Amino acid sequence: MLSVKIRKQLTQFQLDIQFEVNQEILVLFGPSGSGKTTILNCISGLITPDTGQIQFNDQLFFQDGLRSLPPQERHIGYLFQDYALFPHMNVYKNITYGIKAKKKAISDSRLPSLIQVLKINHLLSKYPHQISGGEKQRVALARALATEPSILLLDEPLSALDQQTRLECQDELLRLHQIWEIPFIIVTHDIHEAKKLGDVILFLEKGKIIQEERSEKIGHSSLIKRIH
Amino acid sequence: MTQDYSPLFLSLKVAGISTVIVFFTGVFLARLFSRKQFFGKSVIEALITLPLVLPPTVVGFGLLLLFGKNGWIGKWLLEWFQIQVVFSWVGAVIASIVVSFPLMYQSAVAAMESIDHRLEKVAYTMGASKWRTFWTISFPLAWPGLLAGLVLSFARGLGEFGATLMLAGNIPGKTDTIPIAIYFAVEAGNMEKATFWVMIIVALGFSAIMWLNWWNKRSFRYQTRQK
Repeated sequence: MLSVKIRKQLTQFQLDIQFEVNQEILVLFGPSGSGKTTILNCISGLITPDTGQIQFNDQLFFQDGLRSLPPQERHIGYLFQDYALFPHMNVYKNITYGIKAKKKAISDSRLPSLIQVLKINHLLSKYPHQISGGEKQRVALARALATEPSILLLDEPLSALDQQTRLECQDELLRLHQIWEIPFIIVTHDIHEAKKLGDVILFLEKGKIIQEERSEKIGHSSLIKRIH
Repeated sequence: MTQDYSPLFLSLKVAGISTVIVFFTGVFLARLFSRKQFFGKSVIEALITLPLVLPPTVVGFGLLLLFGKNGWIGKWLLEWFQIQVVFSWVGAVIASIVVSFPLMYQSAVAAMESIDHRLEKVAYTMGASKWRTFWTISFPLAWPGLLAGLVLSFARGLGEFGATLMLAGNIPGKTDTIPIAIYFAVEAGNMEKATFWVMIIVALGFSAIMWLNWWNKRSFRYQTRQK
C-alpha cells in the first residue's frame, strides 16, 4: 500500500493532501495548476515536500526530518506528459535504459512480453521523431514498466492523442494494470477518462482533495477476484 | 629561404591545450551554474565574461600582475613548481585560456539550458545516477552547442595576440605564435613571411567554420529525417 500525507507550499496555494492506494488505479482529477503533477513529483522523489510522510509498504520514501529517498531508489515508473522519450536513442535503447546488466536481465525480464503486449516490436530500431503519437505513448509505457516498478505514475498519458487512439490506449492501460497488478496513479483533467480508468478518483482543487469517488469498477474487480 | 614552421606548431599546441582545459572547465561550470541560483552568481558570470569586452592589453596587464615573477600566482608557481609563466609558452596557453573561456562558457550554458530537463528526471526515475545521466543524456544532447563552443574557443585561441604578447613576449621558436609572427614580420618589413602566415591562419579559421557549418547542417538533417 502507498500512503501519502504531504504538505508543500506552492506559489499560489498550499498543497495539502492525504490518501492511500492499493493495487488499484487512482486518478487525480482537477483543473490545470491544482497540484496534480506536484503530487506525482513528490511521490517519485523529483521534488521534496515541506512536511509529511510518503510510505510504500514498509519502505519509507519521505519523512520530514529524515533523509528523503532519492528517485533512483524508489523503484517507480513515471510516464511524463508528452512522454519525454530520449530523442537521441532509438526505441530499444529508450526502453532498456533503466535495465542494469543488460543482456541477461532483458531475457530474464518481462520486457519481451511487454514489447509483445504493447505491439512495439516493429518500432525498436526507430527514433522517437520517426514514430506517431500513439506509438510514442506505447513506447513510453514500455519504458516506464521495463524496470518492473512497484508503482506506476502517469501524468496526463493520453492528452496528446486523438480521440480514437485515446480510447484504444485507455483500454490498453486497463489491460496492463490487470497484468501488472501494481498501483497506477493517473493524472488527468478529462472526466470521462477519469471515470473509465479510475478505481478511485480524487478531485483536486488548489492543492486540496475536495471529493473522493470510488468507482463501481472496484466492486466489479474484487468480485472477479473472489470468483477466481 | 627555408620557412620556419615553428609558429604553426606552437599555435596548434597552445590553442589545443587551452581548448582542452577550457572545454572541461567550461562544461563543468556551465552545468553547475545553469541550474542553480545563488548569491553572487551574476558577479562571477560577469567576471568570466569580462575578457570578451576588455582590450587585450588590459587582459595582458592583469595576467602580468598575477603571473609575473613577483605576481601572486607567478611567484608561487616559480617557488613551488619551478614553472615560469612569463616569456614561456605556458604564458601563451594561459592568455589563450582567459580570452577563449567566455566563448566556451557561454556556448555551454546555452547548450545546457536548451536541454529538456524532464529527460534527466526520467533517467533518475529509471535508476540512473547523476553521473550516468550526465554522460548518457545531458552531454549527448548538449553536444552540438558544446562543439560550437569548442571550435570557437580553438579559433579564438589560435588568433590570440595582445594578451599573449604582453605575457609571453616574442621569443622566436618559443613564444612566437602565428599572430605574433605576423606582427613582427610586418614590423621588420618581411611582407612575404607575413603573407605566408596570414594565408595559413585564414585557411585554418575558414576550415574550422566550414566544418562547423557542415556538421550543424548534417545533424539538422538527422533531426528532421522523416520516417
